[in-house]
Amino acid sequence: MSQERKLRVLIAKPGLDGHDRGARIIARALRDAGFEVIYTGCHQTPEQIVQTAIQEDVDLIGLSILSGAHNYSFPRIMELLKENGADDITVIGGGIFPLEDIPKLKEVGIKEIFTPGTKLEDIIKWVRENVKPRRVDAA
Amino acid sequence: MGTKMFSESAIDRIEQEYKEWLEEYQKALQKLPERLERFSTVSDMEVKSLYTPLDIKSKDYLEDIGFPGRYPFTRGVQTTMYRARLWTMRMFAGLGTAEQTNERFHYLINHGETGLSVAFDFPTLMGYDTDSPLARGECGRCGVAVDTIEDMQRLFAGINLEEVTTSMTINPPASVIWAMYIANAENEGYNRRKLGGTIQNDCLKEFIAQKTLMLPPEPSLRLVVDTIEFGTREVPRWNTISISGYHIREAGATAVQELAFTIYDGITYVEECVKRGLNVDDFAGRLSFFWNSHIDFFEEIAKLRAARRLWARIMKERFGAQKPRSMMCRFHVQTAGCSLTAQEPYNNIIRTTTEALAAILGGCQSLHTNSLDEVYMIPSEFAVKIALRTQQILADEVGVANVIDPLAGSYFVEALTDRMEEEANEYIRKLDEMGGMVAAIEKNYPQMEIADSAYRFQQQVENGEKIIIGINKFPSEIPPLEILKIDPEIERLQIERLHQFKERRNKVRLQKALDELRRRCEGPPCWENNVMPALIEAVKAGATEQECCDVYREVFGTYSDPASF
Repeated sequence: MSQERKLRVLIAKPGLDGHDRGARIIARALRDAGFEVIYTGCHQTPEQIVQTAIQEDVDLIGLSILSGAHNYSFPRIMELLKENGADDITVIGGGIFPLEDIPKLKEVGIKEIFTPGTKLEDIIKWVRENVKPRRVDAA
Repeated sequence: MGTKMFSESAIDRIEQEYKEWLEEYQKALQKLPERLERFSTVSDMEVKSLYTPLDIKSKDYLEDIGFPGRYPFTRGVQTTMYRARLWTMRMFAGLGTAEQTNERFHYLINHGETGLSVAFDFPTLMGYDTDSPLARGECGRCGVAVDTIEDMQRLFAGINLEEVTTSMTINPPASVIWAMYIANAENEGYNRRKLGGTIQNDCLKEFIAQKTLMLPPEPSLRLVVDTIEFGTREVPRWNTISISGYHIREAGATAVQELAFTIYDGITYVEECVKRGLNVDDFAGRLSFFWNSHIDFFEEIAKLRAARRLWARIMKERFGAQKPRSMMCRFHVQTAGCSLTAQEPYNNIIRTTTEALAAILGGCQSLHTNSLDEVYMIPSEFAVKIALRTQQILADEVGVANVIDPLAGSYFVEALTDRMEEEANEYIRKLDEMGGMVAAIEKNYPQMEIADSAYRFQQQVENGEKIIIGINKFPSEIPPLEILKIDPEIERLQIERLHQFKERRNKVRLQKALDELRRRCEGPPCWENNVMPALIEAVKAGATEQECCDVYREVFGTYSDPASF
């Protein structure tokens, strides 16, 4: 008999900004919703984020950025995931994005972008409906 | 003889009638109940329906409230306040290249701004040059890129540095950027003793909230003391630190937490300077503060009044300061970025106006008003002009600057001021027991207190207990808005310019200067090893910001975010 393991989520902050209020609130909300949550802290390079995601064997990466550098870091993270054969990890983003950047970020594989004012319950619901564990552990 | 404001017999009569009124109130509620189950400030501090002399009956006018410009400064730090000189209208500005930001400075000055405030981009804030791999995609996005003394020269071109005061939001690399400012001013023929301005230089709140992290706490404090010591001797009109609650609040703290942690950071800096052998009355007059003005009107006014009284008492009683100037909590205020919404962005003008009004009634020395589009991006010229005009309308049309501290004596405002001070003092006692702020930061204490408040507020927004128009009441979509665009091409140009600059330097002079900086960093902290003279020589010799910060990182080690949540 196999049992579905808890979803493992990495909340990551690429870029040099220290605006971590949102990231830490999301991390807590997802933990309170029953997911396993790992938080990278601020100032992570795309390389560090992808490495942590693989090491921690996560199912979902939530990227939080408010510096405006998403057009560099988000595509770079997607590229590195692909290079490492980990592009089955779902990636979502949150923070401040000019509206016209959002379709471009989705084009490179970011599944969803959450903008200011999004309810925590909507994010949790989205995760429940759209993310499945990558592997099923044998019980 | 005390100066209590109400006689005992008056209090007795008021108390009696208050009880009668309370009964009538309860009776009236049976017909029409209160709108809310619980009335509280944005910081979740519960407030009563009515305040009366009973709430301030123990207050002594001269001891607790007093006169403007006199201890304990509850009513303001200057004797004349805005009757003689308005607050400085100081808009935080920085975008793209130094030339673009210089253009913005001139635009703001031409529209009546009275002081400058520089926003640097993230690589500059973190001590990296634009060509660092860590800086990719960040150049000029959230502020201006400054790598070299030439960037500094371009930034202030055409501005008289002895007439205009400049505030610079820069923290771990504050000493380096300040050295560039002084060196550039001297190259332009100005006298460092006549330069006026502020460097934020508050490393403790970086660990607590803003997370611009570079060095561990101990060496960070050493550099702060170096700058205070140097300013005291060489740049006497400069505020060498702006002890900041702003970012603590933006990270989700309550008003009391903002007040308490910031004042305690101030205590820590004073202790460190005293340990270095500086005399309190020699440097304390150049310590300045920076507060947030959030959306809850009276809470903010009370917080600002309490901050002045709290700091004055601490400086006098805890540190034995003698000069009144040493006891003054002089401060800049910025309206709360976190109170703004991307939804229906024009509503942000109303929020900012209210917050600016609270800052003025709270007696600020300088003020930044956020632009309506600051939720999206660095403000456009259109939006920043409205934000500046907001201050000018409040200053010249509304009449709030005509009378000093007009809310003093309000039963509610005085009672709330007392409560702010009392609750902040509880935190201060707790931090003392923990062994001080550095020990508390290492235990993640202030960080988690703030995270708890931020999470609680978010839950209150989600369950409708706290209302934000456009978000959870009359919810609305984020509209497209004409916003400022930063050309990604400037990153390449800035790197090219940096490389050309590096080519032109005298390598021998540069190496010698950087070696001297390293020698001073490695030596014990004292005037002979103060980093500032070495930094000024280094940046004149062409050292880039990162080259100086790399010396720091190599000697002192680095610090990264403990990632608690």
